[in-house]
Amino acid sequence: MAQGWVQIVVFLLVLTALVPLVGSYIAAVFRGDRVFLSPVLGPVERFAYRVLRVRPGEGQDWKAYARSIVVFSLVSWLALYLILRTQSIQPLNPEGFGSGPWNLSFNTASSFVTNTNWQYYGGETTLSYFVQMVGLTVQNFVSAAVGIAVLAAVIRGFAARSGSALGNFWSDLVRINLYVLLPISFIAALVLVSQGVIQTLDGSTTFNTIAGGTQTLALGPVASQEAIKELGTNGGGFFNVNSAYPFENANSLTNMAELLLILIVPASLTYTFGRMVGNRRQGWALYAAMMAMFVVAVAVVYVAEQHGSPAQHHAGVATASIEGSTGGNMEGKEQRFGIAQSSLWTAVTTVTSCGAVNASLDSLTGIGGLVPLANMGTGEVVFGGVGSGLYYMLLFVLLTVFIAGLMVGRTPEFLGKKIESREVKLVLVGVLVTPLLVLFATAWAVASPDGTQSIYNHGPQGFSESLYAYMSQANNNGSAFAGYTGFVQPNAPGNGGSEAFSFATLLGGVVMILARFLPMIAALAVAGSLAGKRIAPAGAGTFRADSPTFVVLLIGVVVIVAALTFFPAFLLGPVVQGLTDQLF
Amino acid sequence: MNGLRRDLVTATSAIVFLTLLLGIAYPLVTTGVAQLVFPGTSNGSEIEVDGEVVGSKLIGQDFKGLPRYFQGRPSATEYSGNVTYFNNLGPNSRELSDFFAEQLAAYLKRERRYDPDLAAADVPADAVTTSASGVDPHISEANARIQARRVAEVRSLPLDRVLALVSEHTDGRFLALFGEPGVNVLELNLALDGGAAK
Repeated sequence: MAQGWVQIVVFLLVLTALVPLVGSYIAAVFRGDRVFLSPVLGPVERFAYRVLRVRPGEGQDWKAYARSIVVFSLVSWLALYLILRTQSIQPLNPEGFGSGPWNLSFNTASSFVTNTNWQYYGGETTLSYFVQMVGLTVQNFVSAAVGIAVLAAVIRGFAARSGSALGNFWSDLVRINLYVLLPISFIAALVLVSQGVIQTLDGSTTFNTIAGGTQTLALGPVASQEAIKELGTNGGGFFNVNSAYPFENANSLTNMAELLLILIVPASLTYTFGRMVGNRRQGWALYAAMMAMFVVAVAVVYVAEQHGSPAQHHAGVATASIEGSTGGNMEGKEQRFGIAQSSLWTAVTTVTSCGAVNASLDSLTGIGGLVPLANMGTGEVVFGGVGSGLYYMLLFVLLTVFIAGLMVGRTPEFLGKKIESREVKLVLVGVLVTPLLVLFATAWAVASPDGTQSIYNHGPQGFSESLYAYMSQANNNGSAFAGYTGFVQPNAPGNGGSEAFSFATLLGGVVMILARFLPMIAALAVAGSLAGKRIAPAGAGTFRADSPTFVVLLIGVVVIVAALTFFPAFLLGPVVQGLTDQLF
Repeated sequence: MNGLRRDLVTATSAIVFLTLLLGIAYPLVTTGVAQLVFPGTSNGSEIEVDGEVVGSKLIGQDFKGLPRYFQGRPSATEYSGNVTYFNNLGPNSRELSDFFAEQLAAYLKRERRYDPDLAAADVPADAVTTSASGVDPHISEANARIQARRVAEVRSLPLDRVLALVSEHTDGRFLALFGEPGVNVLELNLALDGGAAK
């Protein structure tokens, strides 16, 4: 396993080295400064403002900012829903796929507009190139940009000395897409293509295999979507098996590149935050808290997967590492990634809200499968989704400051601003909405026959699948214990018919929308309420939030909130399986 | 209401503008550059033999248990390249355990004819578990070394020659550090067929 640990450590060092670079660049983009790409992209930016008829300097208060986001997301949703429903009459559809049914399209549109990318469909058997590009790739970009824009607004609220303006949403939307997401995606897409990720508009190709059969390869404009799928912590695969498929993730170089793309923005935003509030230590403190929780997650899943599964042990399959084989639970994993890269990927994509997979999560060991569930159970604050991870974490920071204040009997303050009753109430709304949605939706899904028809595995794994589905959708993650189905492909085994299950698609869609926008609005409201507050200079009695003590407290609060909420549910599913060798 | 109406107009023009930029210009420009600079990989890394496409370097094939070929990993999709899905059975699944037992027995039966001492403990995990993609192009080095005896005997080749071909078609780790080495089964079998073995 030493080889695996070294891979993981080196990866984390590379990431950490890039954080200040990317973080200060994003800070410049947030502030509206000229950046090195301005000579090229400046004219496009100005053209965009003319088309949108907005003045970039015109500040919005939190309500106006939130309203712009809600309206923009609503228009995005309608556009995507229409595109999905009219696929059969659109161009670039070489396989001649039909239009999506209403309930599945509801789920998919909600999924991509909320940056979730939960998929109740298999891309290569359902969607045309046109829908992948014009529908999904666009939402991969803009839903990510919305998350980052909200964070920009929230940071401005924390940093403001007076007034109520949090910036201009339209300007943030344009600048984040133009200066951050688009250039990195373009370069990344070409790097991926150079390694074997495909990028073509040709239809599928069929040939005779050397053992005397035939094979048909689905093709498409994959790399351009793959790049933003990772960079925007979206995660929706062009292919049904996502980043396990060699045309999405060709080798260990592309695997590392994609992992870096997933983490780079959410990790760097901690630095951006520190820089913009004028306290870089504060940024690093948040980074440290996230990294600490992340390292534990990786370590647990790696050890669990290396141990192998009861199904293997009962069958007498060797799981020990031998010369020329890693051993371990290789079910649903690719040889080129092995246990270490699959484990690292599983942790990275579930601490962030990326949800891409390079291995089958349904076949993880009990404890291995507990890790992604627990990662999401924290509310995706360990790096989290682009933008959303940090604004959610900032809610936890305020909660920690409040609890610490109660313990020592002082008025809680953060960055010199007093945290009062209004902020704490909003924080609680923001922090509790998502877990409540998870528990409510899961309970409904396992208690009703409409819900249980989605379940694939027997025993506790069936419960885990249900819990995972709503945990993932509520936290806008998008990864799945993929046996859980809402729409079985017509030509896949266990076909439930070509109709989508309305229960699963509608409940999931509603959960994704509520869990995306309610905490987002709460975070903006907190920022709006903080913006006008005076900044008091730190005194001898100030409880510093950039100290190691605070990092420990913050981790404690995050873990305790998640544990109190989800411990019973975890016991019923993954923990039972981790503790028993019994088969079901 | 005024602000709301203004937002609706702005949002609509924003979606149109961003769709043109990110949904059409970006993927098309990327496709153009990719096709120009990386024509091989952007179209699927196809392998041709005598002008005929026989497969993709990145996509495994079903070698149908033919003794003269190295065999890839078990697949939930029969190596489908256009309908992909996982096996999706959980870690405590009886069905999965039975599947493993079946795969292990079949593997031992096939290889023991050429290597009577082969024990269950020698069979590496990748040989009896389904891959994630269903088209894993690789097998582990340990798996290939076991199968090399059979291929060498069936093809009447010296074992050393076959093992040399195995290492030749092993894709190493990135920077000798990341990922796991894997033997590309299609390329190896093509090399054996193509007379590289002689």
